Amino acid sequence: MIRLENLSKIFNEDTPNETLALRYISLDIKEGDFITIIGSNGAGKTTLFNIISGTYPPTEGRVFIDGQDVTRHPEYKRARYIGRIFQDPLLGTASNMTLEDNMMICYKKGFKGLRISLNHKMKEFFREQLDQLDMDLDNRMKDNVVLLSGGQRQALTLLMMAISKPKLILLDEHTAALDPKNAQIVLALTTHFIREYRFTTMMITHNMSQAIKYGTRLLMMDKGEIILDVEGEEKKDLTVDKLVKKFHEIRKRTFETDEVLLSGRT
Amino acid sequence: MVVKDGLIRANRSIRAAFVQQRAQIIGTGQDLYMIEGILVEGLIYGIMVLGVFITFRILNFPDLTVDGSFPLGAAIMATLITRGYNLWFALLVATAGGLVSGIVTALIHNKLKVPSLLAGILTMTMLYSINIRALGNRANLPLLKQDTILTRITTMTEGLMRDEFAILIFFVLVVLVIVGLFVLFFHTDLGLTLGALGNNEQMVITQGVNPEILKMIGVGIANALVAISGAFIAQYQGFADVSLGQGIIISGLASVMIGEFMIKSNRISLLALRALSGSILFKGIMYAGRYYGYYINMTPNDLKLITGLLIILSLVTTKINRIKMKKWIKS
Ligand SMILES: Nc1ncnc2c1ncn2[C@@H]1O[C@H](COP(=O)(O)OP(=O)(O)OP(=O)(O)O)[C@@H](O)[C@H]1O
Ligand SMILES: [Mg+2]
Repeated sequence: MIRLENLSKIFNEDTPNETLALRYISLDIKEGDFITIIGSNGAGKTTLFNIISGTYPPTEGRVFIDGQDVTRHPEYKRARYIGRIFQDPLLGTASNMTLEDNMMICYKKGFKGLRISLNHKMKEFFREQLDQLDMDLDNRMKDNVVLLSGGQRQALTLLMMAISKPKLILLDEHTAALDPKNAQIVLALTTHFIREYRFTTMMITHNMSQAIKYGTRLLMMDKGEIILDVEGEEKKDLTVDKLVKKFHEIRKRTFETDEVLLSGRT
Repeated sequence: MVVKDGLIRANRSIRAAFVQQRAQIIGTGQDLYMIEGILVEGLIYGIMVLGVFITFRILNFPDLTVDGSFPLGAAIMATLITRGYNLWFALLVATAGGLVSGIVTALIHNKLKVPSLLAGILTMTMLYSINIRALGNRANLPLLKQDTILTRITTMTEGLMRDEFAILIFFVLVVLVIVGLFVLFFHTDLGLTLGALGNNEQMVITQGVNPEILKMIGVGIANALVAISGAFIAQYQGFADVSLGQGIIISGLASVMIGEFMIKSNRISLLALRALSGSILFKGIMYAGRYYGYYINMTPNDLKLITGLLIILSLVTTKINRIKMKKWIKS
């Protein structure tokens, strides 16, 4: 469904600050894949998401969605079939607008016209949807989003994204800014929606056991490369220890030693 | 010595006469005219304030085009009136002029990636020349003895009510219609998305909407409102002048901020009313400064200083409130 071909990204090319953030990444994402991605800081995970969503173009390589080359399509155009949630809960919602206004804006992707769609029926629908979150938000629809907690905001963003039914979901450490309890709740909601709507998903996480527990496929990235790609039975058999060992095996062969990586981050 | 004494005495008596005259005006029903004046001007400028509110508050796109699009509206209106065009057609063209200026500012910002402030200053500066051309290569165009929308209104209501009152009623109606459309617009899907743009541009992009187009629409509409306001001011004052726009943006901003003192809400209808009442109150303060400032040795030249101080005062108060709020949340 989504194919990445030889993607590379160089920041600040030809300056002293030149960074090679991605090196020749190729990847086939199949419909229904739930991919978890782990990797050290600066491995290039967010850069990969930015290139898939079109925040900026790759230095080399191409991105295909359903066979169509979208490498040069602007971000807002691709956003019509990509749902993205960031680490910062503030990025998913408009603070100074009400819950119902926010939900209306996210109800359907694409350019909005002069229709007034937020009517009684729509509000009732939103209320039912909010009820699923179990956060007592269904009677706060006229409150501005700024009054919600980070966890509530992220859950709302998740719900709004689910309602808009994107083809691909990109989650970039979307629970990392939340306290453990809220992180758990949002993660549970995430898997609930993914299962219910069979979303094709890529989820970046810093938590190895999470990456193992969830998803159907696991990618490990390091220094701009995908160094491990497991799925199926092989993925089910993974444990944190096996993963660390695998990383060391690969790294000893290909990379210099870097003890800080991964080990401390379970 | 004697001469100097005499001068001082003369000065005093002039001053006394002035104060007495003021007191008489106030005592004899002239204050009614003054209140009408404040209301009418507050309403006309209020249309501009709605535009400033859109850019500064809803879009978070500080736009200085206003200083150029306000006199543009006035210039187009005045020129088309003197050339005998249909008055409503003239108003439409003036509005379109404002719309285009706003779109140009948004385009400069979008395509050249310059900050909105710079984009606005560029358009505003270019508009200065364009406005002089629109006025027929002069700085000022009087509308004396011309048929304007306002003279039509007063002719229509002749014998029914005083002209001043008729004009007040007319502007109440005009502003009601504009506020109605304004509120309706911000309830549409497009209007809601514009609101989100000022809050969170990333969210708008994530929803598959091109923020560049939204900015063109938003800044365009804002300056269209500003130009309508300019077109009416030209008719109300009886002339159009390139310098009409000088400092308009600051008085608009001051009005927005004064309004924010009065009403706290997240409902767009109240926000619109708030901008309007801010505009009327601001005009009131300016009138007071002009007519009573004399007592504290103020001259009309000090009004810009007062306006600036008003804005600073609003900024300081908001800041103090925010700090108080934070303390309150912490405790
Ligand atoms: N806009 C940018 N300009 C310059 N360098 C950048 C930019 N974005 C990322 N980089 C660099 O590219 C590399 C990859 O960064 P990226 O954000 O993709 O890492 P990441 O895997 O998401 O890390 P983290 O786990 O810390 O989020 C880093 O070295 C980073 O400093
Ligand atoms: Mg990252």
